[in-house]
Amino acid sequence: MTDTIITVDNLIKQFGRFAALRGISAEFGAGRFHVILGDNGAGKTTLLRAMAGLASPTRGAVSILGRTPHEACRQIGYMAHPSLLYDEMSGMENLRYFARLYDIADVAHCEAAILSVKLDPTLARPVGQYSQGMRQRMSLARAILHDPKMLLLDEPFSNVDVHSAQEMVGLLKGMRDAGKTIFVVTHQPSWMEGVADEFIWMQSGRIVDRTASLSPRVPGPVQA
Amino acid sequence: MNSLRSITLASLAKDIRLEWRSKDALNSMLFFSLLVVVIFSFSFDPTAEESRQIAGGLVWVAFLFSAIVALNQTWARELRNQVLDAYRVSPAPANALFLSKALGNFILVTLLEAVMAPLFMVFYNLRIVGAAWELIPVGVLGTWALVASGTFFAAMSIRTRMREVMLPLILFPLSIPAIQSMVEATRIILGGEGNPRFWIVLLLTYDVVFTTACLALFETVLQAE
Repeated sequence: MTDTIITVDNLIKQFGRFAALRGISAEFGAGRFHVILGDNGAGKTTLLRAMAGLASPTRGAVSILGRTPHEACRQIGYMAHPSLLYDEMSGMENLRYFARLYDIADVAHCEAAILSVKLDPTLARPVGQYSQGMRQRMSLARAILHDPKMLLLDEPFSNVDVHSAQEMVGLLKGMRDAGKTIFVVTHQPSWMEGVADEFIWMQSGRIVDRTASLSPRVPGPVQA
Repeated sequence: MNSLRSITLASLAKDIRLEWRSKDALNSMLFFSLLVVVIFSFSFDPTAEESRQIAGGLVWVAFLFSAIVALNQTWARELRNQVLDAYRVSPAPANALFLSKALGNFILVTLLEAVMAPLFMVFYNLRIVGAAWELIPVGVLGTWALVASGTFFAAMSIRTRMREVMLPLILFPLSIPAIQSMVEATRIILGGEGNPRFWIVLLLTYDVVFTTACLALFETVLQAE
């Protein structure tokens, strides 16, 4: 049994009258690879944003190692569907800026992060001219820059070719093996079969199942 | 404190680098301001005395409208690719972002003023009768008044659907005390009639009050969804 890294307690998130999350309570183990699945509108991204501290709960709470997401922000690496990078700057320039936000002044740290996602730190091209796969990997480099214990990745494989996606899955597996806790929201769960430790199935703002592999469950229709 | 200073400087350097590469805000501001000068100079044909009376108003209104371009551009950059979220999940202090944006806008608007002020003098045939050096505190305090409150309200309006319209709607009414101070102080200095000290002190008070309020409230604005 692994230690709990995140506790979600009766989490409700409403946007106006629409409830994106409807009372989620769950505990997630440290050092595990969690894949969050569900149809569009199931609440996957909202759950991830609540864990990152980007969406404040309407009711309930998220606790990361006993602290709020804001207090635990140094332990969180967040990668969203957009790149969260400045298109006009090179990858290295981007990472040097984001490193300063975490009080990291060492350039070697940024180089190591870029190398770890198999990109070239000397590439002077602005990120806006990168391919989608390169941009996603640079975005991952930004998320792991400060060596967080937990990675929250929202659709990291969208618009990425199969080869790049498989490379990213391999990178994530390595990070999990190194002790990081990983949450991935994705619509391509088959790429993580055999790699992920847990598949979390969401429907209409609720967690409806948690399985160790993809096969036991076939997602059902969305209920109103 | 070190963290606040170093992150402010890093964010400021990043913004200057982005502006240097795109020149989006600077070009738009310069052309807009130039248009205002040219159109007004063709529309009116004031005598030298009349120029001194109206130039203070004209010049500050032109700078205010031009500053809106820079203020909107500042935050638009942070919305592309949702980069602002990367800042929000970091431990960096919110005030560092506010200060860097306000300083960046201050530099941009000051550059604009440095280029446009001589043109105003030429187009309106202006000669400063009062103490010219007094225009420096008016310029510095007036520019800070525009960019400090402007940066704050631009941040407030970035998530609204009509943010380019919302910003002037919020900013202009609240800037009236500052604008009146800048215009009156400039008019007095250009005409050499009276002492602009009252208006400079009022401008300083506006700056202190608004900067303090913006710093106190910016964390809430940044974390708002």
